[in-house]
Amino acid sequence: MAEVLVVAEASAAAGVKKVTLEMLTAARTIGSPSVVVFGDEPFADKLGEHGAERVYLAGAADIDDFLVAPKATVLADLIRRVRPAAVLLASTQEGKEIAGRLAVKLDSGLLTDAVAVAPDGTATQAVFAGQVIVTARVRRGVPLITLRPNSLTPSPAPATPVVEPLAVAVTDADRLARVTERVVERKGARPELTEASIVVSGGRGVGSADSFALVEELADLLGGAVGASRAAVDSGFYPHQFQVGQTGKTVSPQLYVALGISGAIQHRAGMQTSKTIVAVNKDPEAPIFELADFGVVGDLFKVVPQAADEIRKRA
Amino acid sequence: MNIVVLVKQVPDSGGDRRLTADGTTDRSGGNVLNEMDEYAVEEALRLQAAHGGTVTLLTMGPETAVEALRKALAMGPDAAVHVIDDALPGSCAVATSKVLAAALRTLDADLVIAGAESTDGRVQVMPHMLAERLGIAALTGARKVTVDGSALTIERQTDGGYEVVTAATPAVVSVWDTINDPRYPSFKGIMAAKKKPVRRLSLADLGIAPGEVGVAGASSEVLAHDRRPARSAGATVADEGAGGVRLVEYLTAEKFV
Ligand SMILES: Cc1cc2nc3c(=O)[nH]c(=O)nc-3n(C[C@H](O)[C@H](O)[C@H](O)COP(=O)(O)OP(=O)(O)OC[C@H]3O[C@@H](n4cnc5c(N)ncnc54)[C@H](O)[C@@H]3O)c2cc1C
Repeated sequence: MAEVLVVAEASAAAGVKKVTLEMLTAARTIGSPSVVVFGDEPFADKLGEHGAERVYLAGAADIDDFLVAPKATVLADLIRRVRPAAVLLASTQEGKEIAGRLAVKLDSGLLTDAVAVAPDGTATQAVFAGQVIVTARVRRGVPLITLRPNSLTPSPAPATPVVEPLAVAVTDADRLARVTERVVERKGARPELTEASIVVSGGRGVGSADSFALVEELADLLGGAVGASRAAVDSGFYPHQFQVGQTGKTVSPQLYVALGISGAIQHRAGMQTSKTIVAVNKDPEAPIFELADFGVVGDLFKVVPQAADEIRKRA
Repeated sequence: MNIVVLVKQVPDSGGDRRLTADGTTDRSGGNVLNEMDEYAVEEALRLQAAHGGTVTLLTMGPETAVEALRKALAMGPDAAVHVIDDALPGSCAVATSKVLAAALRTLDADLVIAGAESTDGRVQVMPHMLAERLGIAALTGARKVTVDGSALTIERQTDGGYEVVTAATPAVVSVWDTINDPRYPSFKGIMAAKKKPVRRLSLADLGIAPGEVGVAGASSEVLAHDRRPARSAGATVADEGAGGVRLVEYLTAEKFV
């Protein structure tokens, strides 16, 4: 079976991200999956549980201090050597950037934001705010496909991967953009927005930064991540990295809870592929109700605290 | 410092966007300047105000794309370059980067600034593709840019915070909408934009063969596309004092609680 490369999203701090296991699951339908890990820890057990036959380990030296370019060079060398049937990367900013460089280096076609991958390497993409579903294929080179997190359910398939260290030979051109500092501004126990299976978002209706505590409380009771509409971000209620929508993150959780969000098309762009959508809004005409599986027409300052109490009672 | 800003005309994200029968973006409806590009133009103008030099816009697109150029010119840039050719429609990202890189080679920019993504493709790959082709640095996803002589530093927005990334010019930078508040064009700016030079470049001018771009030269193709079935509205209840409880009952029935 042809080899399929999966570029891991994994780090010492966060472990193996779920999207990596999703990519492994998708890769198994195309061929025999190998995972490329950048770092010093191969995560062989975890990756093996999901069918990795091989782990290529590219040590962090010469890679970590620079933006994406060295990773693309290491991957391009590997791809030229093993000629995989396809390469899967996560549809994150960095995943897409690496894929873009690979597409130029290898003159290969690139399909971003895939939500499904077929055994023949064609990909299904959700475009235009999820309004249009596209099936596409690569016509030239190695198919480079970026998979949107939370697109499929990872399924285990135990294997014992061979760990192969990769020689890292980067060029001066790869060392042009140097990362001098990494600053964590906000760290908490909450799951990451794009990976979370439950997301609770607040909009302009939440009214203030202080009141976002209500959104956070419900998110924490449900074990979810917190999101925000652009109006909430622009009003300074919540930081930009939590914005959901056209110019923010695209999320596809099992449950999306929209609190005081009207449901503008640009907000839908980031959340309408969620499995279940629940909304609380005081305006019965709010467009969010058109796509909500369950809606409460009411004041979120009454409904949300009551819901929080009820969950605590049931716990 | 000579700055080139990449701009793009896109279908209005507030409208009903479609693909045409051949699987390329339908650009016949309402088109607008890609929103994120306004932030790129604004950043370029601020850097120009602080460090001098010129600001030139660069776009690739059909005849109507000149509307987006005029809109951006009204904010204040000096001039624009429009790459236009009958062979270009349907170009994939790989081909687009080839064309834009060729145009950039003629412009001698110290700094190329782009929006972090376009609202149509949302592919986010162009800055790195261009950097790869031009052999220069790409500093992407900036929420802050500072220039000190030939040293360039950005704060790259990440999920949990930011990274400080530095490089020497020439470089490509992409910016998010957190970076500034774009100015509104003044009436004077709008009038002046009508007279600003827009230079047109064809593929022949750039030495690129028509077969390398467009639908014919695309590295990927759309096999099928369909409107996603609209989500249907579910049950709604009015809060008459027990809305929160009803909500939790629903969540419990769906096994989220
Ligand atoms: C190019 C472009 C890109 C964009 N990108 C994004 C994006 O990424 N993400 C995004 O979200 N938007 C985006 N927008 C903006 C989008 O069009 C909307 O303006 C925005 O989503 C509105 O946010 P909102 O729903 O929080 O605010 P509003 O539309 O003002 O809605 C607030 C809602 O709260 C309800 N409400 C008020 N008080 C209460 C209360 N006490 N209890 C219950 N309900 C209450 C109101 O009834 C109303 O429905 C973009 C726009 C453009 C043009």
